[in-house]
Formats: sequence, structure tokens, C-alpha cells
Amino acid sequence: MANMSLKKNPMPSQDPNVRNKNFDEVALGYTEEQALDEATRCLNCKNKPCMQGCPVMVHIPDFIAEVAKGDFEAAYQIIAATSALPAVCGRVCPQESQCEKYCVRGIKGEPVGIGRLERFVADWHREHASGAAEKPASNGHRVAVVGSGPSGLTCAGDLARKGYDVTVFEALHLAGGVLVYGIPEFRLPKTIVQKEVDGLKELGVTIATDTVIGRTITVDELMEEQGFEAVFIGSGAGLPMFMNIPGVNYKGVLSANEFLTRINLMKAYKPDSDTPIQHPKKVAVVGGGNVAMDAARCAKRLGAEVYVVYRRGMEELPARKEEVEHAEEEGIIFKTLNNPVEIMADENDNVNKIRCIKMELGEPDASGRRRPIEVPGSEFELDVDCVIMALGTSPNPLIKSTTKGLEINKKGGIVVNEDGLTSREHVYAGGDAVTGAATVILAMGAGKTAAKAIDEALSK
Amino acid sequence: MYRIVRKEALRPTVTLYEIEAPLIAKKAQPGQFIILRTDENGERIPITINAYDPEKGTVTIIVQTVGATTVKLSHMKEGDCLADFVGPLGKPTETEGKKKVAVVGGGVGCAIAYPVLKKFHDDGAEVHAIVGFRSEDLVILEEDFKKSSDKLIVCTDDGSYGRKGLVTEALKELIDAGNQYDEVFAIGPMVMMKFVSKTTEPYGIPTTVSMSPIMIDGTGMCGGCRLSVGGEMKFACVDGPDFDGHKVDWDLAVKRNQMYKDFEAHKYEETCNLFKKEAE
Repeated sequence: MANMSLKKNPMPSQDPNVRNKNFDEVALGYTEEQALDEATRCLNCKNKPCMQGCPVMVHIPDFIAEVAKGDFEAAYQIIAATSALPAVCGRVCPQESQCEKYCVRGIKGEPVGIGRLERFVADWHREHASGAAEKPASNGHRVAVVGSGPSGLTCAGDLARKGYDVTVFEALHLAGGVLVYGIPEFRLPKTIVQKEVDGLKELGVTIATDTVIGRTITVDELMEEQGFEAVFIGSGAGLPMFMNIPGVNYKGVLSANEFLTRINLMKAYKPDSDTPIQHPKKVAVVGGGNVAMDAARCAKRLGAEVYVVYRRGMEELPARKEEVEHAEEEGIIFKTLNNPVEIMADENDNVNKIRCIKMELGEPDASGRRRPIEVPGSEFELDVDCVIMALGTSPNPLIKSTTKGLEINKKGGIVVNEDGLTSREHVYAGGDAVTGAATVILAMGAGKTAAKAIDEALSK
Repeated sequence: MYRIVRKEALRPTVTLYEIEAPLIAKKAQPGQFIILRTDENGERIPITINAYDPEKGTVTIIVQTVGATTVKLSHMKEGDCLADFVGPLGKPTETEGKKKVAVVGGGVGCAIAYPVLKKFHDDGAEVHAIVGFRSEDLVILEEDFKKSSDKLIVCTDDGSYGRKGLVTEALKELIDAGNQYDEVFAIGPMVMMKFVSKTTEPYGIPTTVSMSPIMIDGTGMCGGCRLSVGGEMKFACVDGPDFDGHKVDWDLAVKRNQMYKDFEAHKYEETCNLFKKEAE
């Protein structure tokens, strides 16, 4: 008999006033009892609508049925068959606009907590499973993957499972891409990313860190000199945008990428880290996406009073609702319908104020969102000693400028067909390198599509 | 791993390290840099490449001990391995098509000036080198400079070696003596590069500087190294490190480099104390 409760089992979490002072994970995860109970809310629909919302097509009702039986390892194996990073996706996917959006239980009440169950299963496996995964027999083909973010890791995992000899090239000193430098520890513990990467190594994937494709080695050299038969480019969209306003280069103005890299990758908040970070008193984070929420919540944890300055209203914030709620609970102050016009500094060029103008919403623009319009004469100043720009990122031009014949669109994204194939034979691409900044799970889906196409092309 | 195959003290606080890094050795060109990290808690710091040997698979850097990370590095021995060594990064210096150039190096910047100077020289240009140091005990690479230049002036601030005074004075004299340079290339402390640029500006001599702002990733993903050049925002790690010295906003660049001064001073002291304790 199904559990007909209209509500999801709530997620146990750290108290907001405790967690806003530490970098430990906010959401604590289901207990076995909570997971068993939540699993029985799934009706095991015949047509499985939830699956159409999952870009990597996890067999959702099947794994949940195993959870309900208490066979968590069997549940894990079902997820792992299609997803390379379940502990990550269970945590950072926007389930409300993916799998859970299509859940039948969501019509009357809340959908099944698919993400929470996926996370539970992946965590259970990590804590209980013994022994390394078996390395598949080699099929003799070599594939290079550029970038170790979600798309690259997924592509590498899928190909390794089919027996390909895969090397992942990463420019930074740790694998994971945005999972290690962007998403903070309190949303995604780095030990979990490391475990997922270790899992890939057990499958036989080689991870070459400190290797900048385009500088250390080019895509052409990978194919012509190093004997890789196909290349997947999953280099992401790491180039930060800054506002074109006066004062943007003063000390204390950072891109969210820089601020988050110092915190997440370099652990600058820890006393034993050699990497410095400003400990600001009052911070303005400019932007309203998930990256803005991450930066704001990190700044709060460094002890600052934090404003999120966004030019549209609360309703229009592009960040996940859950992230906005978490930020509000932790004491982040939202200054919506405001836009910065100038950053001011003291005689040493240290930021001391940000000047903003109030906005109102006009008619919807081409993107369908109501266009923000400045309210004349409404300028005001906020005392801040740090401004973090979280306005989005675009694809890094390094690979484009060092790879012959790679077609690029106006926004700097690599042009691909439906299989992820670029304008170059046997060169594939996916994730943010193609789409510009998007989501982890879409990048994983693209990695999966390309792996399938690479397999078809090379096994001909 | 990135093994230190040779370590040589050039001066009491200036050390040469030859690092095993075959891929970088194969690709490196004058003007490019690497990013290194000594250990797991280490920060990423940019250091310009002094020399590279593709056959041997090594890259040479010359480092002055100035802060926490360079102190840590100075305690590493031949055979030890660096946690990370990434590169070659940045655009190579453009040296082609110049008939007569002046290369101005300041302090440990001379380690970087040297491969650029040698390239100018090997490409057939007449090369005048002006190298400046605070005092005699910091003078490096004099023999190398001598071999690859047509004229060499060594200056020290305190007059303890060579000519007393600043490189800018020596440069101005050469220009006033009628030397017509196609380009002046300057690399050293930001303040020095600023005044070299100010010196050449009235004469309209194209001046290239190799900028050294604070960096983290060195691949263009954070903008920590951004500069204002000709009113435009540039990322030194990918758009540079070479820029037109007459277009750089020097005051801003100098100030931005002091962003973490207090932290750096504290960390330096902490690291030195740590090594002192170990020694006891």
C-alpha cells in the first residue's frame, strides 16, 4: 500500500543560525527510515513520466522500488547504470524543473523526493559498499576528454564502461570542474566529488591534471601525435563577465569565479591554507542566479553582512527557489529591483561604497521576462567593502583559438550537431562549452550523448 | 610528478630550480609563464619561465625568496617534487622583425628578460641590455646577458656593483645618445616598468612590458589578474602577460597588487617561524 502523504519527507538540515557560520553540509540527508518511508510514496507508474525529466534517463521507479524493499545496493546499481555522478546529482540537480516536475504525485501535493532518494542511495553505497568496481575489458580504442567537469566525467565514465581507454585532461590541480571550484562545500562536500572521481579511476579512466589543452597540448596534437581517435571537449564556460561601470577594477571587486575558487578549490577560509582571501564586513553580490546565492552564502560564512543586488524582482530570481530560501534563512539581505551604477573606493582604491539605482519592471523582453527600467533620480549608496560580480560566464576562447577548423557561434559556444559532433571529424563537445552556462545535469546529458556517438563512430 | 632535478643558489636569496616537466619544456616560448604549487595546502603562484630544454624535458625558473610560498620552495631539495606545475601559460613575447631593441630587466625580472633578449639576439636584432638590481648580492645572469647582447649596462641602486642608479637613467642616456630603438622591452617590478614606460613615452618608442598581477588559475577563468589597458579590461594570464606599456593604467595595477599585503606579511612570518622551529 502506497504512502499517500501529500508531503515529501522533509530534509533534515543544520539550523540556519549555526550553518551560516560553518562550511559543513547544510542538508544532512535521509535516514534509512525516512528513505524507506519516502520510497513508498512512489506509485511505480507504468509510463514513468519522471524519467522524461531526467537528462541521463535514470530508471527512477525501478531504483525507488528497490529502496522500498530495503535493497539499497540494488537501487544504487540501477542508478549507476545510467548516471556517473549520483551523489552529486542528488544534491545539485534542480529536480523541481526536471524529474520531480513530471511526478504524478506532484499533481495533488508534493512530488516524490527523487533527488533526496538518489542522494540517500549514493551516500549509502559510498558508506557501505566494499571493493573496487571491476575494470571492463579493453576494446583497444583511445579517447581524450578535455575538462573534468560534469560533462567530461560522464562521457569518460560511459566510454570506460564500454572498454575504451580514456584520458581526462584537466587544467586545474583537482578534477571536478565547477563541482570543486564553484559549488561550495556546504552544498556539495568535496570528498564526495573525489569519491566519484575515484570511482572513474577504478573503471580505468586516467585523469591528467595540470594540463591546459590549447597550451600544454593542443586538440590537434592529441589526435595527430598522441594517438587519440576521438576527443570530447567539455571545457565549460569559465570566462567571467564584469559590469561595464566605473570602479570595477578597485580592490575588493571580484568575479564570483575568483571568490568561489579561492574558497572552494584553494580552501582560503581555512587557516592552514596559503591562499589569501579578503574577510569583508559588508558585501554586495551582484546577480540573482545560483552562483550569486553560492557567493552570498560563502561571504556570510566568512562573517560578512551580505546584500544580493538584482535588477529584477524576487519572483524573477533565476536561482533555484530552495537556494533563495536557504539564503534568506541564513540572513542574506535581498536588494531586488536595484542595479549598480558605480563602485566607489577610498584613497587606497579599497572599495567603500556601491551606488545603485532603483528599477521597475516594464513589458516582457525577447527572453519573455519583464524588462527592468531605471527609475530616474532614485540613486542611493550602500556602504560595502567588497563587491562580487555573479553575472554569468561565457566559454573560454583558448580551445577555439588553438584548434583548427572548430566552428564557434556568436556567443563563443562550440557548434555541434544532435550527436555532439563538432565541425571537426571525431571531435565532439558538450556541456557549457556548447550551451554557455547551464546546469550540471544538462552537461551530464551532453556527455552521455557524445559518449554514445563516439562509441558508434569508433566501433564501426 | 614535477621533480626538482637541479637547485642552485645564484645569490643568497635568489635560487634557480630546474624542474622535470617534459610537456611544458616542449612547448615553452620566451615570455610565457608557469603556475606552481609546492604542496597540498599551497597557493598557486605564477613564475615566468627562464629556460627550457625540450630534449632533457626540463623547465628552469629563477625565484627570489620574498614570501611564504617562495620560502617553502627554498626549503625543497633536489629530488623533491612540486605538487603542481602548469604551463606554458600566456602568450609568447613577439620578437620578430625588430632591428634594434633595448631590453630592461629589474631584479629577478632579469630571469624573464633573458630568454626574450636571447630570442631578439638570435633573430638578428642589435640588442642593448640594461639590468638593474638593488645591490651587488642580487646580481644574476650577468654572463648570460653579456653573451647575448651588443651592449650591457648593469646598475645597482646603492652603487655596490656596476653603475649606481636606476635603469631609467641609463635608458634615457642611451636614447639621448642617438640610439634609435624599434622597441623597448621591460620586465621587473611594476614601479620600474611604469617608469620605463614614462621614460620612452615622450620619444614615442614602442614599449612592451610583461605584467605580473596577482593570479590564481592563470587560464582566464577568474579575472583576478585583470588590468586596465587603453581603457579596456584585459586578463593578464590570457591576453598577456605582455602589454603596451604606454596604455597600462599603472597606478591601478600597482595598487591591485597590494590587495593581500597584510595576509602575505603574516603568512611569511608564520612560515619562517615554522621552519625555524623545525630547525631547532
